[in-house]
Amino acid sequence: MTSGRLRWRKFVSNFMLAMTGVCAFVSVLVLFFILGYLVFNGGTSINWDFFTKLPKPVGEAGGGMANAIVGSGKILLLASLMGVPVGFLGGIYLAEFSGKGMASVVRYAADLLNGVPSIVIGIFAYSLVVLPFKHFSAYAGAFALGMMMIPITLRSTEEFLKSVPRMLREGAMALGASKWKTIVTVIVPAAYRGIMTAILLALARVAGETAPLLFTAFGNRFESHGWSQPTATLPVMIYTYAVSPYDDWHRQAWAAGLVLLGLVLIINIMARTILSRGIAVPRS
Amino acid sequence: MQASAKPEFSVNIVTNLTTPASRETAAPLPMRMTITKLNFFYGPKQILFDINMGIADKRVTALIGPSGCGKSTLLRILNRMHETVSTSRLEGEILLDGQNILAQDVTALRRQIGMVFQRPNPFPKSIYDNVAYGPRINGYKGSLADTVEKSLRHAALWEEVKDHLHKSAYELSGGQQQRLCIARALAVEPEVLLMDEPCSALDPISTAKIEELMVELKNLTTIVIVTHNMQQAARVSDFTAFLLTGQIIEFSPTPHLFTTPSDPRTEAYITGRFG
Repeated sequence: MTSGRLRWRKFVSNFMLAMTGVCAFVSVLVLFFILGYLVFNGGTSINWDFFTKLPKPVGEAGGGMANAIVGSGKILLLASLMGVPVGFLGGIYLAEFSGKGMASVVRYAADLLNGVPSIVIGIFAYSLVVLPFKHFSAYAGAFALGMMMIPITLRSTEEFLKSVPRMLREGAMALGASKWKTIVTVIVPAAYRGIMTAILLALARVAGETAPLLFTAFGNRFESHGWSQPTATLPVMIYTYAVSPYDDWHRQAWAAGLVLLGLVLIINIMARTILSRGIAVPRS
Repeated sequence: MQASAKPEFSVNIVTNLTTPASRETAAPLPMRMTITKLNFFYGPKQILFDINMGIADKRVTALIGPSGCGKSTLLRILNRMHETVSTSRLEGEILLDGQNILAQDVTALRRQIGMVFQRPNPFPKSIYDNVAYGPRINGYKGSLADTVEKSLRHAALWEEVKDHLHKSAYELSGGQQQRLCIARALAVEPEVLLMDEPCSALDPISTAKIEELMVELKNLTTIVIVTHNMQQAARVSDFTAFLLTGQIIEFSPTPHLFTTPSDPRTEAYITGRFG
């Protein structure tokens, strides 16, 4: 009787151990499957032309996505210029100046904004930027993505600023630094690596967003000059190409997916490099 | 380094203890700061009661007493660091060179009254930039390199760091970091230097170095030190105030306080019966 119970317990223990192991393995496997699939299906379509040529009409072989790569870059740059300062300065306010009540309201709102489905952000940007100007544009897409970057930047700036040891603040204040000087010369430099990393991760996240761009930046078969024309981006290009009935376009879509993943990977590596460089404040 | 530190530090004990108490009291010293009828509260709770004391110019004044007696609070009030706590309230008058410190611009005041903290708190910058920090934010116009060297020399750290001024301050040992913090405070040439248990996180050798330094710095500035360590107060200070539950029980020349305390509570504390 007792030995039976013991055996059952051992079985449950081993079973659960195996389950957790398998699940851990599966989560890694998913990434490698995706990566393998992308390389397998899109690897052959990645060549110099893919990065330098414009899309070719259906039926013609070759061509690339130069316009989408440039477009994605342009929109991400503009989105960062719009979203990061707002989130960063707002985070400073939350961490350093606001009262408790105010801070919790802003924090809650930021978390909600972070949870708003990206398609809803897209509709919002559509009605706010696209409709009044009566055309799709790079800045409408950047506006949508920028909005998505605000809450991530805000919350992580706040967290990293708050984690700067109180001793450093007092050290600066005792030398006659005003509150603002203390923030600019000591607090932010002490936290900047964390903040930069968070901003890059936010960028990596919005880099793959498709829904907010569908009816803001829209897409373009050609080079778009300036900021006020419909602009091609990698995620929208993937969507358009993937739902098309042409094999050649499917391959291009896979290739674009691979490029996008590579871009996210590069951003992640940059984030980690920043984290490991420079002078870290020791945890006390 | 260790061998030379030890004897010098015992010499300090002797010179301090043999200084006749009468000499200190006979000729009244000029006062750098005077505290009059100071009462201090955190919210409804009173922390300090009717504090009256003077801080003698170019001398070391020690504040001793058991934990929670208010000695650190008193020290932090002297450069208005207590104002970081929004519920604090202060009554009374504190003068620096005859000027009420409570009426001055707080950042200007803190440039005159520097502070060294319990645990070394260098900024995440290079050694050089740490020392140059104060002069920089205060718009110093002269040669920064000279100021940095001078301050590091005063803090007895120059010889150890002169070849790697641009390395991270965190690469220094704890004792070196604390001396760096002293150099950083000295770089703005404060009239008074407040030290809040500056050796409590340090090993005995680093402690001896900093104590030595305090005695030397008397030529340069006025020092107020909070310490848990009575031997330290006896070694480095000229005057000692003994605080208990927010009141000054006794304030007199250090040799006098440690050899012939006039209050039985002081005697009980310095002989180790409590605290």
